[in-house]
Amino acid sequence: MKLIEAREVSKIYPLGEIELKALDEVSVTIEEGEFLAIMGPSGSGKSTFMNIVGCLDVPTAGQYLLESIDTGGLGRDELAHIRNRKIGFVFQGFNLLSRTSALENVELPMLYDGVPARERKEKAFTALKIVGLEGRGKHHPNQLSGGQQQRVAIARAIVNQAPIILADEPTGNLDTHTSREIMELFQRLNGESGITVILVTHEADIAAYSRRTIRFLDGRLVSDRLTADERRGSETGVGS
Amino acid sequence: MISIPWTARIALRALRVNKMRSALTMLGIIIGVGAVIAMLAVGTGASRQLAEQMATMGSNLLIILPGSQTSGGVRTGFGSQTTLTLGDAEAIQRECPAVQDVAPIHNGTAQIVYGNLNWSTNVMGTTGGMNAVRDWPVGAGRPITDEDVRSSTKVALLGQTVVDNLFGGIDPLDQIVRIKKIPFRVVGVMAVKGQSVMGQDQDDTVFVPVTTAQKKLFGTAFAGMIRQIMVKAKSAQDLDPAEKQVTELVRQRHHIGAKKDDDFSLRNLTQMMQAAEQQTKVMTLLLGAIASVSLLVGGIGIMNIMLVSVTERTREIGIRMAIGAKTWDIRLQFIMEAVILSLIGGLMGLAAGITSSEVISAVAGWPTVVSPFSAMLAFAFSGVVGIFFGFYPAYKASLLNPIDALRYE
Repeated sequence: MKLIEAREVSKIYPLGEIELKALDEVSVTIEEGEFLAIMGPSGSGKSTFMNIVGCLDVPTAGQYLLESIDTGGLGRDELAHIRNRKIGFVFQGFNLLSRTSALENVELPMLYDGVPARERKEKAFTALKIVGLEGRGKHHPNQLSGGQQQRVAIARAIVNQAPIILADEPTGNLDTHTSREIMELFQRLNGESGITVILVTHEADIAAYSRRTIRFLDGRLVSDRLTADERRGSETGVGS
Repeated sequence: MISIPWTARIALRALRVNKMRSALTMLGIIIGVGAVIAMLAVGTGASRQLAEQMATMGSNLLIILPGSQTSGGVRTGFGSQTTLTLGDAEAIQRECPAVQDVAPIHNGTAQIVYGNLNWSTNVMGTTGGMNAVRDWPVGAGRPITDEDVRSSTKVALLGQTVVDNLFGGIDPLDQIVRIKKIPFRVVGVMAVKGQSVMGQDQDDTVFVPVTTAQKKLFGTAFAGMIRQIMVKAKSAQDLDPAEKQVTELVRQRHHIGAKKDDDFSLRNLTQMMQAAEQQTKVMTLLLGAIASVSLLVGGIGIMNIMLVSVTERTREIGIRMAIGAKTWDIRLQFIMEAVILSLIGGLMGLAAGITSSEVISAVAGWPTVVSPFSAMLAFAFSGVVGIFFGFYPAYKASLLNPIDALRYE
């Protein structure tokens, strides 16, 4: 089933006389249950694309459909609702609320969805268990290691049963060992729970965990193929 | 939308993080609310005292004074022309239907002696009508009777202050005191009356029959002269008719032509009191208004701190937005913080206001009354200040772009 469909999506920022085309007529379809990596150098438009996919932004031209709903005409609060129910964000800098326990951080999305307190707590416990942080609910972010903080963020992303995890350089602040653990967690969530994982990265090692890789350059989609092919291609030095 | 208790919890946590800052911000509201409550307490105390004194004055009262006289363009004050007579007073009692009681007054200062003690006081020649006119009953003994007035008997009723100064514990009834060396028999003691509106001790008075005062104590420029007449109307509605009737009657009796000015002046005491009460109310309002300026300044302090707080927590706002916080979720969070700040400040200000009004009472000796209404008003007002001054920062926070907010360092 088509989960995400971008139809000639453009994002144009007016800079005085000239226009900056951050995204230039990008068309992509992402199916339910995919594990997709978005790659490209900085300034290539991958972040802009990711913001549109994450409903943090809307395209200037073209259509972006999430579960067949066009986000183009939606207001701030409607986008917020979609983010709340459909998308779990995982950021490079973890973006947990400091001075707030791990459990409460995980509860946060449900708080904005009006889930009753008891159900909230149960679901948050379950989510923490899934990411392997059972018993750490009372810890505050500053009492947790980077890897553990990122696990809390992942628990927060999955707690509302959102069908999509959007991970923006999730291992950027982590060492190799921890990075591997986090990526394996994503793989497990994708494989076992069927959550669609969309990963933004510029590291080939990290992208290697995905099954499909798309590449951006200068706001345009320049390649879209299986990750396995992608790796073979780059090893032989053949670009797209 | 996010629940209110949760919002309150988040807000309290945020305020606890910057304890010093929160406390200082609250201080503005504490001072503001405290000042409003203390000032209203001073004003309310003053008007309540005035009301109490007005009640001791007697109600529905008219006072008739002899008029001013003009001689060669120089106008002398009221009472300089002595035109009122006992006959006027009797005629008013007889002929004005709106009048309930009349008390003619002929007074002066005199020394009273009892045994080896003496005391100078205001000696008031009057009739039994005085008790009704001024709502001032006799505490012990009997009032001045018509017979006393007719025969100019040498009897006296003493005010409590006079009793205290002349009779240390002795029952004054039936004792003989000397007023201007003339012996008077004490037939009664007046009930305690307290201070007048002007702050005079009303109990520092001796009452004698008006005719006795005229003939034996102070003399008269002409037969039957008295210094003033006090008139009590039958009710508040009868005040205006009484005023008209009395004016007409006295003009007639004094043979004043239609185009000539009165040779007496008539004052409506109730009106004067109401004017004074109005003045006190205006003063209370003014004090309250000045004090609310400090509450306003406190509110601006809250706004200032909330703006700083929004900037500091831009990233947090971004996270909340990414996770699904809607416009009003964000707004409520910051408004709640401002309201909690101002309500806690309001509560503490309430305590500060009550304490300081008690201190004012004790130090300056002014009566202060913290009315529940003014306390509620100040407290509610502090909440309004929180909402009002919290709204703009909250509004600003809610309009942040989530992408920029997330990137904010």
